[in-house]
Amino acid sequence: MDKEIYMSEIECAPREEMELLQSYRLSRQIRRVYENVKPYREKMDAAGVKPEDIKSINDLYKLPFTVKQDLRNNYPYGMFATPLSEVVRIHASSGTTGKQTVVGYTQKDIDIWSECAARALARVGGTKNDFVHVSYGYGLFTGGLGMHYGAERLGATTIPASAGNSMRQIQMFQDFGSSIVCMTPSYAISLIELMKENNISKDTLHLKSGLFGAEPWTEEMRREIEAGLGLKAYDIYGLSEISGPSVSSECECQCGMHICEDHFIPEIIDPDTLEVLPAGRQGELVFTCITKEAFPLIRYRTRDIATLVYDRCKCGRTLVRMLKPQGRTDDMLIIRGVNVFPSQIESALLSVDNNATNYLLVVDRVNNLDTLEVQIELRDDMFGDNVRDVENYKRRLKHAIDSAIGVGVSIRLLEPKSLTRSMGKATRVIDNRKIKNKFEKN
Amino acid sequence: MLDQISIFLENKPGRLAAVMDVLSKANTDMRAFTIADTTDFGIVRIIVDDTEKALKALKENDFTATRSKVIGFTIPDRPGEMSKVIDILQEANASIEYSYSFMGSRADEADIAVRVQDNEAAEKALMDKGVKIISL
Repeated sequence: MDKEIYMSEIECAPREEMELLQSYRLSRQIRRVYENVKPYREKMDAAGVKPEDIKSINDLYKLPFTVKQDLRNNYPYGMFATPLSEVVRIHASSGTTGKQTVVGYTQKDIDIWSECAARALARVGGTKNDFVHVSYGYGLFTGGLGMHYGAERLGATTIPASAGNSMRQIQMFQDFGSSIVCMTPSYAISLIELMKENNISKDTLHLKSGLFGAEPWTEEMRREIEAGLGLKAYDIYGLSEISGPSVSSECECQCGMHICEDHFIPEIIDPDTLEVLPAGRQGELVFTCITKEAFPLIRYRTRDIATLVYDRCKCGRTLVRMLKPQGRTDDMLIIRGVNVFPSQIESALLSVDNNATNYLLVVDRVNNLDTLEVQIELRDDMFGDNVRDVENYKRRLKHAIDSAIGVGVSIRLLEPKSLTRSMGKATRVIDNRKIKNKFEKN
Repeated sequence: MLDQISIFLENKPGRLAAVMDVLSKANTDMRAFTIADTTDFGIVRIIVDDTEKALKALKENDFTATRSKVIGFTIPDRPGEMSKVIDILQEANASIEYSYSFMGSRADEADIAVRVQDNEAAEKALMDKGVKIISL
């Protein structure tokens, strides 16, 4: 497969040129946000940093960090840097207690995002001759529309399938000639299972590659998806706060995701000391948006744990690569592509039973699908002697949690004192998923 | 009306043994015993000589246990007798939630426990038809 580099002057630029471009864009961006965004102005004033202090990327460390709480405090539009009349689209991500994180885009922001998504598609062999089948959800979630506009930008034939209705998805693969798919890896696995159940051979499909993201996945899953759908499977990363999918994505070498660093400057910090770590060290990933107009986050702490690799990739690109995120520095769980905070589950539990304080969340991966079991101790006052009452209690808890987090859970009732009481902070989450990533060094 | 203890058990090995161990150590005499089970949990129901003492022992050992009432009655131990009782309950519009029999045996009689929605009304219906009601 001959893969043309979508923007070789950027993707293969020498490091000094990239840094010059980043420095120029960064200093302009900082002047803009200082003038237009009150929270940034206040933070910079408090830290004693003036816009003119930021002349190059070497000054980046002087700037204060931005965290998710800042976005909540300024909900919904308080961090926007343009008048709302310039904003052409809104996206939002799931929040902990009902409040979502709202992000906005000007037309230029959409254009740049689409260009990044087009780069990602080109990295996996996409051209205008391809049929790009987008099975991420369309809506406030950035997955669907992000890849959709990228595919159109590339000039490919775009199939806006969205998620769900799996048998029809498979039929579209067959009938429409889908050649590149974009979906969550767990959805890919469930389609493969459905094909097996219905004796549909992968040879009836025409897929050559796929971009799979929005949740962590393993090398084992990669092999299973490649074998099950008969394609090459590539990882793609993004978060709505920065733009959406295609902040970084893999090339044919499958050796880490190239970051679109002409738009998003990455840093790795120690989440405890907040010091910037040298290249190659694992730590928390931080992004600064240097071209975004409507919602430009500065030194945004993603909470994803990753590593940056700066050596030139075999594909010819010089863009820095990030290795697959190795976890989170907060308690957010990603269950089948959905962001879930334990606090959401706790408030759902308490809405049904305000004494349901002894619980444990057990996350696992069974047949490559994430499972979330909520274990709760059953107390005398919730135990009404018969099976029906107990089943009802379970059903009410399940319903409350499912609708709060948007992911189906299973409820397991325990006898009292089954869960360990700790003296300090209670252990609320056990994650049994083993995300092992074999990374091939170039 | 009889006192019954219901105990919630997770469906895992050793739990029933743990209940029996607590009851045995509390020197409790079980008169009747049954288990209702589902895929992931079970409910053990017992009638004992000293409900208060048994319940206290169970709670001290961290079991989820509640006390509730069931109707106990004695019928002649021969074909057709249980059927008669069911007919009486049906006529009284009392639908049975669960029922089980007592342990121990006499040559010619059987003791049965039954739980319906309205225990009081059902017990009265049985009494009116001359069914022998047990009270401990």
